[in-house]
Amino acid sequence: MTELSAHLPQFQHGQLTENFPDTHLSNTNDNSERRHHDHSERRRNDHPESETNGQPQNNIQQVVEQDEEEDEELTLKYGAKHVIMLFVPVTLCMVVVVATIKSVSFYTRKDGQLIYTPFTEETETVGQRALNSILNAAIMISVIIVMTILLVVLYKYRCYKVIHGWLIISSLLLLFFFSFIYLGEVFKTYNVAMDYITVALMIWNFGVVGMICIHWKGPLRLQQAYLIMISALMALVFIKYLPEWTAWLILAVISVYDLVAVLCPKGPLRMLVETAQERNETLFPALIYSSTMIWLVNMAEEDPEAQRKASKNSTYNKQAPARQTQNEDAEADDGGFSQEWQQQRDNRIGPIESTPESRAAVQALPSNSQTSEDPEERGVKLGLGDFIFYSVLVGKASATASGDWNTTLACFVAILIGLCLTLLLLAIFKKALPALPISITFGLVFYFATDNLVQPFMDQLAFHQFYI
Amino acid sequence: PAFGLFLFTIARDPLRIIILIAGAFFWLVSLLLSSLIWFIAVKVSDPQDERLQKGLLIFGVMFSVLLQEAFRFLYYKLLRKAIEGLVALSEDGCSPISIQQMAYVAGVGFGLMSGAFSMINLLADALGPGTVGIHGDSQLYFLTSAFMTMVLIFLHTFWGILFFHGCEHRRWWEIAAVVVMHLTVSGSSFCNPLYVGSLVPSYMLMAAAAAWAYLLSGGSAQNLRRFLLCKF
Repeated sequence: MTELSAHLPQFQHGQLTENFPDTHLSNTNDNSERRHHDHSERRRNDHPESETNGQPQNNIQQVVEQDEEEDEELTLKYGAKHVIMLFVPVTLCMVVVVATIKSVSFYTRKDGQLIYTPFTEETETVGQRALNSILNAAIMISVIIVMTILLVVLYKYRCYKVIHGWLIISSLLLLFFFSFIYLGEVFKTYNVAMDYITVALMIWNFGVVGMICIHWKGPLRLQQAYLIMISALMALVFIKYLPEWTAWLILAVISVYDLVAVLCPKGPLRMLVETAQERNETLFPALIYSSTMIWLVNMAEEDPEAQRKASKNSTYNKQAPARQTQNEDAEADDGGFSQEWQQQRDNRIGPIESTPESRAAVQALPSNSQTSEDPEERGVKLGLGDFIFYSVLVGKASATASGDWNTTLACFVAILIGLCLTLLLLAIFKKALPALPISITFGLVFYFATDNLVQPFMDQLAFHQFYI
Repeated sequence: PAFGLFLFTIARDPLRIIILIAGAFFWLVSLLLSSLIWFIAVKVSDPQDERLQKGLLIFGVMFSVLLQEAFRFLYYKLLRKAIEGLVALSEDGCSPISIQQMAYVAGVGFGLMSGAFSMINLLADALGPGTVGIHGDSQLYFLTSAFMTMVLIFLHTFWGILFFHGCEHRRWWEIAAVVVMHLTVSGSSFCNPLYVGSLVPSYMLMAAAAAWAYLLSGGSAQNLRRFLLCKF
């Protein structure tokens, strides 16, 4: 753990621009979680996203050299804080998903499948089922890859309006339609009578505030809460509409794809990050969960249009194709993108000062405000797709495992540890890293191991009331 | 109570939370490995023989205890390295968290995870309909399970402190004592459902371990008296 903290400050690249519209969910405002190490922050100030609206860049450069060493030490101390800043939202999202799965039976009923997974799993033989799930996973992954590439292409050719439009439509869909369904199911479960007018009012308020928060300005906590909620909604949709083996296969393949897409020089996500860095733009805020507030301010001031577009693009890309087919499909598409995006964005740490002074300084004028950055206030960014897939893993574990809560707990701890390790690697390598592979691998290993090995053991122990 | 411990002492400091989760992870891995061994043993043996199955279960439990202690040791090694890193990176040359705090947190991590695994399915079932002990088993099943789990969690915490202290000062007998205590407690649980055989010794051992850990952490009878007097 100490290493983690130590390395965090040294993260330099951190700021992958938030241009990963592809995979990330459009979290417009959430570009938040960039992890900057102190050093990286300075370097990255070139990005509009950097703390200041691009002003202090010069100052930053100078400061960078001097403060590098000090930064290292300081950031080390705050490394743990960043990890916790990510732990909390991931935990919250998972808790919401698990709570819903356990109580509302709608999400565990098989009501059909998404159009992206046309092969059914109710076949006679195991071989047939395996084949079908492999085909399903292949189709889903190719859809995700196509969408990612489309997003990168759109971004490269500066079709910001398209991307923004896409993101807005996706988030509209999520915020209104899916939360309406969710609310309806919760009411059904608890047998609460509700009239349409009240529901319409509630959903309208919820949706409009959500749109404003995510795509424009809003209090940080509210924005984070909305991002968590839409991640949970997406994860629930995935859990409901993906058949079993397909879901596990998709999780595995997505983490491999994430790894490839972010780390290979020709990977779409990497290109996205690099393009964004070249243009000194922030990645779409809509697809990234960020932990600090400055970003919001900075982004709004610096390049509101680009930022908004960016975020919208991510979501939109996902949403657009989906919409054409089915609502649920959109969700699936969205999820895939957000994930990839997130992976890209995962390891970006942005130094964001959330103190009012820094904000004021930033807003006022560049000059020296940059140097007065407080290394403590760095934010961390995590793509929304990562949230979604973590929650899908844990949700599926709680829905279908024979070990029930034991398995859920085991997967939860495994994912958190994977996140820790990823953050540690981020600190060491200081560039965008995929967040999915390590956590998902741990999660999958623990799920299957706990379900098949630990469960019988614990059952026997509990039966005889032995304690280990 | 264990959760209260968590809230009051650990939730403040992010580093402690990380250590806690890592501790839970290590316990989980040890459980995984031990259940793997048990599973293999069961598969190769005859599933019809009741006595054999029970014997295998006991063997599995003992093996699991040993594995847990082994993982505690591994975790200790990891934390040692981490402390060196922290010291090197901190500004004023001293680590933000001491090895004793780490020992405490690690112990709580182990304890919480083991308690969670023991209790949580029980709790989930307890919410549903049913009668306790309808087939002639003890009616106090839930109560005793709860108490046993609590004592185990506390014991893990104390063992963590003792174990790390033993490793720090190279007192092998301390480490051996922890292992023996763990084995005893698990062994006493074999007497269930004769609860008096398992709960009472466990609580006594816990009191002993608590006193020992308290003394090791620098407390003394005087401190205790002062603390109690201040309050009242």
